[in-house]
Amino acid sequence: MKNIIAIVQRELGTYFVSPVAYVVLTIFLLLSGIFFQIVLTGVLRETMMQAMQGAQFGQGPPPVDVPAIVSRGFLGSMGVILLFMIPMITMALFSEEKKRGTIELLLTAPLTDVEVILGKFFAAVSFFVILLATTWIPMAVLYIFGDPASGPILTAYLGLFLYCLALVAIGMFISSLTENQIVAGVLSFATFLLFWIVNALANVAQGTTKAVLSYLSILDHLQDFMNGVLSTSNIIFYLSLAFIGVFLTYRSVDSLRWRG
Amino acid sequence: MISVENISKRYPTKTAIEGMSFNVEKGEILGFLGPNGAGKTTTMRIITGYMPASGGTVRIDGFDVGDNPIECRKRIGYLPENPPLYTEMTVNAYLRFVGKIKGVTSAKLAGEVDRVMDKVNITEVQGRIIAKLSKGFKQRVGIAQALLNDPPVLILDEPTIGLDPKQIHEVRELIKELAGKHTVILSTHILPEVEQTCHRVIIIDHGKIVAVDTPQNLRTQGQGTSRIFVEVEGPSSEIISTLKGLTGVVGVRTKSEAGGRFRYQVDADVRQDIRGEMARAIVTKGWSLLELQSSVMSLEDIFIKLTTAEEIPASDTDQS
Repeated sequence: MKNIIAIVQRELGTYFVSPVAYVVLTIFLLLSGIFFQIVLTGVLRETMMQAMQGAQFGQGPPPVDVPAIVSRGFLGSMGVILLFMIPMITMALFSEEKKRGTIELLLTAPLTDVEVILGKFFAAVSFFVILLATTWIPMAVLYIFGDPASGPILTAYLGLFLYCLALVAIGMFISSLTENQIVAGVLSFATFLLFWIVNALANVAQGTTKAVLSYLSILDHLQDFMNGVLSTSNIIFYLSLAFIGVFLTYRSVDSLRWRG
Repeated sequence: MISVENISKRYPTKTAIEGMSFNVEKGEILGFLGPNGAGKTTTMRIITGYMPASGGTVRIDGFDVGDNPIECRKRIGYLPENPPLYTEMTVNAYLRFVGKIKGVTSAKLAGEVDRVMDKVNITEVQGRIIAKLSKGFKQRVGIAQALLNDPPVLILDEPTIGLDPKQIHEVRELIKELAGKHTVILSTHILPEVEQTCHRVIIIDHGKIVAVDTPQNLRTQGQGTSRIFVEVEGPSSEIISTLKGLTGVVGVRTKSEAGGRFRYQVDADVRQDIRGEMARAIVTKGWSLLELQSSVMSLEDIFIKLTTAEEIPASDTDQS
């Protein structure tokens, strides 16, 4: 455990001395700010229209829970933003170590391979927890000017966290396959996109294929969390993807030793 | 301290090392010598447990590298060919990190980092970013990293590469100082380095051990030949056959020619001094003996002789 913490610390330290962390944070803050603005104005305009329509027919404004709709829309957009952000961090996890030869230090230190892999995994996950934590600013606005129900917001954050676990693990595995960061980044991004658009493929498929394809869509599984529903199948979906990613990384590091 | 038994490393397309066995005693400095691609780095990687062998066993202090990797790695400080540096970190932060993963307790960490920095003379640059350091300093940070937690075994892959002559001298002195307390394996292709620092040398070629001895033995008696240069005026082919006819001579080659005077290189059995007999034979035939010079084969000659075993007889025969 002490070893894992040492690796997490070094790894996070590296993100913040290089420009990577700042670039990703800046882009994330910018995009999440824009999304919040779009969702908020959209919802406000909609409710305004409904209120005016209601007034024409001599009725009061319809009951609309604006903060809940805004938070759902806003947090829902995080899934797409993260899809773009995660490869930027995971692409270097192993490829950079291989390129610099520091992998030889890690693999000959008195550490198990699992400790090395988990250290790197938790470091990248921690970075995305920090990233998600910056969304407290728009969320605080909702709490100040409205009274959103906290339940769906908490489940939404849990969903996003699990989503990060899954994508980081897959990105880490892809990074362990190559010495080239860019190749790792592009491959991870392509893989994530595939997991995303698998939905569109599901629409044209039939029967079991359709069921399987739509089950594989990584963004769909976030929907229930956004609506405040905790379903075991969604949790298992993300956790098993994370496990598969970590396990494949373990096999890949093992084969790296054999190949030298 | 280190026992290597019959290890081999095979890849689908080639065999990197084959049937290698040797032991290293506690406190000994063992040098690996061999041309590039001979299998030095592969052997070291197998000993450090970075890479598993295809066959054979390696034991460090009684622990099998395959069965008990963590216990073995705790006892080894390893400097790979390219120092494994996180170049965006400062020297101090980097060494603290390596100390932590090597199991130095947090109470001792600062003291241990200071000790190794002092040992390789990098205390003055401890606050600098590694990327900004010169090659020599980077190499020394690499050595410092290997010394952390005071491991009984040190494996150094080309430790003096990229250093200037003064630093090379310092590093060699440091390695000699480490012997006794530490067991050291170092690889190099710089021959004087082996002569100056190592107690014993293993010459590797094409993944096999071709010689194991002390540098002194290898140089003088180990290879069994002494070399004499002789300059004679006279018919070349007759001279060669006369020289070859002497007892103890194993090879004759023409080195240079100028105006009917030839310079020959005679390799002879080291146990016989043939110089007197050779001089008499030349004079008896009525040729002029202009120069006779004996030379000790340098380690470099032996190295080349051992690692290019097939080529030498071929070039010998074309002179006869």
